[in-house]
Amino acid sequence: MSEELNNTINNVDDIYEEVSDWHINVGGLKIVAKRQAGRFRTFKWLGMSIWSLFFLGPYLRWNDSQAILFDLPNRQFNIFQITIYPQDIWMLSLTLLFFAILLAVVTSIAGRVFCGYFCFQTVWTDIFTYIEGKLEGNTPPRALKFNEAPWTADKLARKVLKHSLWLIIALLTGISFVAWFTDAFQLWRDLFSFQAPLFALAVIGAFIGGTYLFAGFMREQVCFWLCPYARLQGVMYDQDTLLPAYDAERGEPRGRVKRGEDKASKGSCIDCKICVAVCPTGIDIRKGQQEGCITCGLCIDACDTIMDKVNQPRGLIRYASYKELHHNAEAIPLYKRLRIYVYGFILLGAVAGIINGFMSLSPTEFKVDHQRQPLYVLLSDGSIQNKYTLKLLNKTKQAITVNFTIEGLEGAILRGVSEITIEPSEIVPLTALVKVPEKHMTFELAPIVFKGIIVDSDIIVEYKSVFMGPKLK
Amino acid sequence: MAENKNDPSQVKDTGHVWDGIRELDNPCPRWWLNSLWLSGLMVIVYFILYPSLPLIEGSTKGILGWTQINEFEEDMAKVEAIRAPFDNQLAAMTVEEILVDPRMLNYAIGSSKVLYGDNCAACHGVGGAPPTGVFYPNLTDDDWLFGGGIYDIKMSIAQGRAGMMPAHKNLLTEEETDQLVQFVIDYSNGEPTEAGLALYNAKGCFACHGADAKGIKAMGSANLTDKIWRFSGTPEGIRHSIIHGVNDPSDPQTHIAVMPGWNEKVAIMMEARAYAIEDGDDPNDIDWDDELDGDEAERLTETDIKKLAVYVHQLGGGQ
Repeated sequence: MSEELNNTINNVDDIYEEVSDWHINVGGLKIVAKRQAGRFRTFKWLGMSIWSLFFLGPYLRWNDSQAILFDLPNRQFNIFQITIYPQDIWMLSLTLLFFAILLAVVTSIAGRVFCGYFCFQTVWTDIFTYIEGKLEGNTPPRALKFNEAPWTADKLARKVLKHSLWLIIALLTGISFVAWFTDAFQLWRDLFSFQAPLFALAVIGAFIGGTYLFAGFMREQVCFWLCPYARLQGVMYDQDTLLPAYDAERGEPRGRVKRGEDKASKGSCIDCKICVAVCPTGIDIRKGQQEGCITCGLCIDACDTIMDKVNQPRGLIRYASYKELHHNAEAIPLYKRLRIYVYGFILLGAVAGIINGFMSLSPTEFKVDHQRQPLYVLLSDGSIQNKYTLKLLNKTKQAITVNFTIEGLEGAILRGVSEITIEPSEIVPLTALVKVPEKHMTFELAPIVFKGIIVDSDIIVEYKSVFMGPKLK
Repeated sequence: MAENKNDPSQVKDTGHVWDGIRELDNPCPRWWLNSLWLSGLMVIVYFILYPSLPLIEGSTKGILGWTQINEFEEDMAKVEAIRAPFDNQLAAMTVEEILVDPRMLNYAIGSSKVLYGDNCAACHGVGGAPPTGVFYPNLTDDDWLFGGGIYDIKMSIAQGRAGMMPAHKNLLTEEETDQLVQFVIDYSNGEPTEAGLALYNAKGCFACHGADAKGIKAMGSANLTDKIWRFSGTPEGIRHSIIHGVNDPSDPQTHIAVMPGWNEKVAIMMEARAYAIEDGDDPNDIDWDDELDGDEAERLTETDIKKLAVYVHQLGGGQ
């Protein structure tokens, strides 16, 4: 056997040895995390409270209609004063880009902040386990005792209450989601009079099922095995990223100082395992960064209370970067980190684009299609004719009347279009014929501008198109 | 924890070892396995509900009775249901009325695209302009052999068209042919010569193309004074047209230019009405049993003819 292969096998043995110490919960073990107050717990509540907007938002009114309404059947998004049509959908891409990059920049600065404090999986699971904890005991031993106890009326009542509360939350989640896409008050009326459209009911049903299953039963398993973001975000870490981490140098060797033992022979960690007990995903932060850590900081809260009790300084588990823990180096300030600038630049670009989009939202959308078959037509008097389709979308709430003209092409005559009235949210395609006399045909291709003049307003819309002719001899 | 399933030394393996790496035989997560069984169950449900098992003839039917063609036909019925009111209204309108009703005009044009593509585009080209070098009439320009009004267009479609120009191989000398070629080129450029005009009249061209050489609609003869050529506009092309003519059975090199009729019945009825009006009679009094044999070819319905007439009229050159 060659030396290289020997080395390989030794390395493999090392790996086996290392992973034999690991436990990965694939759903066989139900995590019952101990709940405890603290700074990060408060912060988590704050992050979670943002979701109340999800439940309350649809009931905001603005000018007698829903303030924010994603009106899919009519293909428009109503956001307060503004109406966004499919033609403006690029702004949605920029908004998505903004949030994607925001996720990246936050993750690269302070880890999976999204996962720990804001993600709906985290939030709904937290609420569900809160209810479960209140009813069945909020520590593993209590929960075990409750579940192993014989069935009594009290146990049954508690179980029924738990599942009822879960289902009510799931139901409200589904209704709130649908309420963003249809008139919220009407939706409730329809639900109570059993007239809600089947599609709305199906969506609500899917949400009930999803919420009940994911937050009630799958919980951290979703983060472990289903969520792509959980995997993606780890890639955005670098050595400067602040993450909840165990200071092994200070903590090890862990264990309780026994009577008569030298205090200095042990590290700060008293191996009380409270950091494991409070972890909603059931990991041991002392084993270092791992996929299951959603960086919620609850272990920091827990450890700090213990450090206070044993009269040690706080921060055995704390937000710290890899560099700080392993090289005793100071964290690099944000303004010296290149990726912050790169991310920041993209963020600024997206914001600028969105602001620009909102500022320049036009009350109309004007488009001119040049007919391609045929590109041009020779008329009997030798002039050349091009055919266009004019499409003007009326994005205002009133009917508008429009006159069309052309500009920028000498001798060109516009035919076939007359004044037209366009109802709100409508497009009326118009066929326009433009004719250029033979003596002016000194080109093969020339720009031409179509103008739509909206009567009784100062709005003039323009579209640059082209006029084409035969090859010059 | 009694047993740590994840400790590799305690997990069963499959007996496969590569480079010292053992293939472990860990069980799949329970939820994952459940999903797998559940999807298997779904398959059984599908087998029961939908056509699935192939048999020697056909397949099992499934209790829902679903078939692809049924679904297609149901969807087509929905489309027809939306179209029906328009088509009914269209059937009761004349082409002239359709042209001035923007809503029906839009419908007629929109619903004719397929009709045009199936029946007309092969010769006249997609969009109404045949490819260069293929001498079918261009429907997008303002030059019409048989008239560019909506009535004339409808008539052309219903009746079909075939112009006729005799071959002049034996009627003209080489020199006369050259002169006439030059004459029509000059006329097209707006500079006809006196001598050319004299020859044009002397050789009887005016009989079909008219004294002003602008063509005669009733005969479908070409306008020789404009910039548009029915066939080629090159000197050789014009010479070929003069020498070999159009649809002249005696000349094998003649231009074949025949458009089939698409609804004989409509054509006969249009003609009969026109004659009645010309004679000062009421077209409603026509005895159709007299006019029609009942075996007229109807390749397209009258509604389709109307739609196509409107469509062609709106291609850019309708008058």
